Amino acid sequence: MFNLSPKNDTVTMAIFAIAVLAMPLWLAPIGASYPDLLQKFAIFGIFAVGYNILFGLTGYLSFGHAAFLGVGSYAAVWSFKLVTMNVLPAVLFGTLIGGVFAALIGFVSLRRSGIYFSILTLAFAQMSYNLAYSVLTPITNGETGLQLTQQDPRIIDSLFVAAGEGLPSTNLFGLKMSGYPGFYFCAVLLIIAFFISLRIFRSPFGLKLLAIKSNQVRMNYTGFNTRPYMLIAFVVSGMYAGLAGSLLAVTDPLAGAERMQWTASGEVVLMTILGGAGTLVGPLLGAGIIKYFENIFSAYNDQLLHQMLAFLPDGMEGAVVALLGLFVGEGWHLTLGIIFMAIVIFLPGGLMEGIRRIGGMIQKRGGGKKPEQTGGVMRPTEQEG
Amino acid sequence: MNDTVLKVADVHKSFGGLHALRDVNLDIEQSKTHAIIGPNGAGKSTLLNVCVGRIEPDNGSVTFDGETLTGKKPHEINQVGVARVFQTPEIFPELTLMQNVMIPALAKRDGSFKFNAFRILQGENDIRDEAEHILEDLDLIDQRDSEAGSLSRGDKRRLELAMCLVQHPRLLLLDEPTAGMSRHDTNRTIDLLKRIKERGMTKVIIEHDMHVVFSLADRITVLAQGTVIAEGTPDEVRGNPQVQEAYLGGAHI
Repeated sequence: MFNLSPKNDTVTMAIFAIAVLAMPLWLAPIGASYPDLLQKFAIFGIFAVGYNILFGLTGYLSFGHAAFLGVGSYAAVWSFKLVTMNVLPAVLFGTLIGGVFAALIGFVSLRRSGIYFSILTLAFAQMSYNLAYSVLTPITNGETGLQLTQQDPRIIDSLFVAAGEGLPSTNLFGLKMSGYPGFYFCAVLLIIAFFISLRIFRSPFGLKLLAIKSNQVRMNYTGFNTRPYMLIAFVVSGMYAGLAGSLLAVTDPLAGAERMQWTASGEVVLMTILGGAGTLVGPLLGAGIIKYFENIFSAYNDQLLHQMLAFLPDGMEGAVVALLGLFVGEGWHLTLGIIFMAIVIFLPGGLMEGIRRIGGMIQKRGGGKKPEQTGGVMRPTEQEG
Repeated sequence: MNDTVLKVADVHKSFGGLHALRDVNLDIEQSKTHAIIGPNGAGKSTLLNVCVGRIEPDNGSVTFDGETLTGKKPHEINQVGVARVFQTPEIFPELTLMQNVMIPALAKRDGSFKFNAFRILQGENDIRDEAEHILEDLDLIDQRDSEAGSLSRGDKRRLELAMCLVQHPRLLLLDEPTAGMSRHDTNRTIDLLKRIKERGMTKVIIEHDMHVVFSLADRITVLAQGTVIAEGTPDEVRGNPQVQEAYLGGAHI
């Protein structure tokens, strides 16, 4: 379980970094290799990796993490408006504000566990969402969403360059953060985020979090004050969410309250469970799959299906298109729902459990070596491959 | 009386109209094994729960080595040096035996909270050595990488004992450590507890099995309906007619 040496972790990180940076290449065959979608993979990957630190290790199911994502976006856009279009301050500010918000909400919500904790986080997130539309309009700009304007002060930028025509774009010391540079910026942050998560999983701190999930009563009688452990896990995952939110603003400098809605909180739960809660790589897989479906499957429409199925006889073509049409375009949720149900029923440990089982079968057939016991979601570590 | 380590003074606790403990006084001496016996519902477990901070008494106090335990939280009481074995083993079923034992060892070293998220667990050699040593001592080393939940009931109890012993507690509280064990496992546990006794650890033990009680105890307190009805050496308690009446329904032990 914790039998990976630091040296092996270095290999893991190297493979991971190469895999992430090479995403434009190996995702090309499935049509996912355009910057906009790649950015989403990296951003929601960060979100899910962070969420997994809370849910995967401690088992506390938060239904309010979209609040931190939204707050991170607002913070980043304000940084663009007030300070500079450089993305570094925006990202730092977004992460920090996400953490502060998580500390406040976590401090109250962690007084309860189980379903009550989930409901409390959900309530706080919905409260933030509604406040963003009403009372907090001066900060959030309500339904229109927070946008850049020509009149923004941008204190630091205005010292160096005069405001030009049109809206300025986000940049990293002059390098524009749209298209592939934007993706690589997110990808580097994803690699750092993954590294931190890996270190937490391998640390005594991570083991203590797992033990809280396993038996909180024993933890208390073993001499641990579990509350600060939980709070730190909550704040760290909130900071990941804030970082992800600020990156959404980096790639598109606009923040709206819909990012904080409960469906967005539910999405990160789906990602984590789909990929495998408590595994290092699972949440990333889940995030990738959900974003892929959202962007690729939803783009299919009846016209496209007619083209693809043109070889069928006319009557049959119409019927098949009508049937398949339910699962694509607007109906991509249906496909996703079916996949999600299938995984929860047949692979409770998520996709990573499936990969482990296949790996075990190959090992059994190949060397006659006993396959590693599949411990399901409690297994905190497996090698990235 | 001068080497009293745990002092329970005038502890009273009622649940609704039921008086679980009525002004209980108890002195546990250093390095002794003190058994608490009594019929079901006598208040034995309540008394133990008061000692570890699980239940707050209505009245009275518990002091350990001059330090007041009443009002302290369970983790604070553990950090003072009081460890507890439960009636149904409280272990970490999804974790390996090694991890189960490393966690209390970490609690002993790190205190009730430490944010060591950037150390690598693999490199904690002192903690690993301690954990391995205690697993060897309790004859569980062969299963070090198994999941604790897969152990037999007797092994789970031994694991929980290992989790307490790895912390070198100054006081060990045991709630029916041999309940549900086979005769063989019971004798093994008695031998183990005798060995611990030689190391000078103070123990309080709640037990139904008279064989266990008379094999281990230096002193015995008899509780009935929340009151201490007798206290003394095993021989004194054995001969006490009041005890035989209340606890054994008149039968001889």
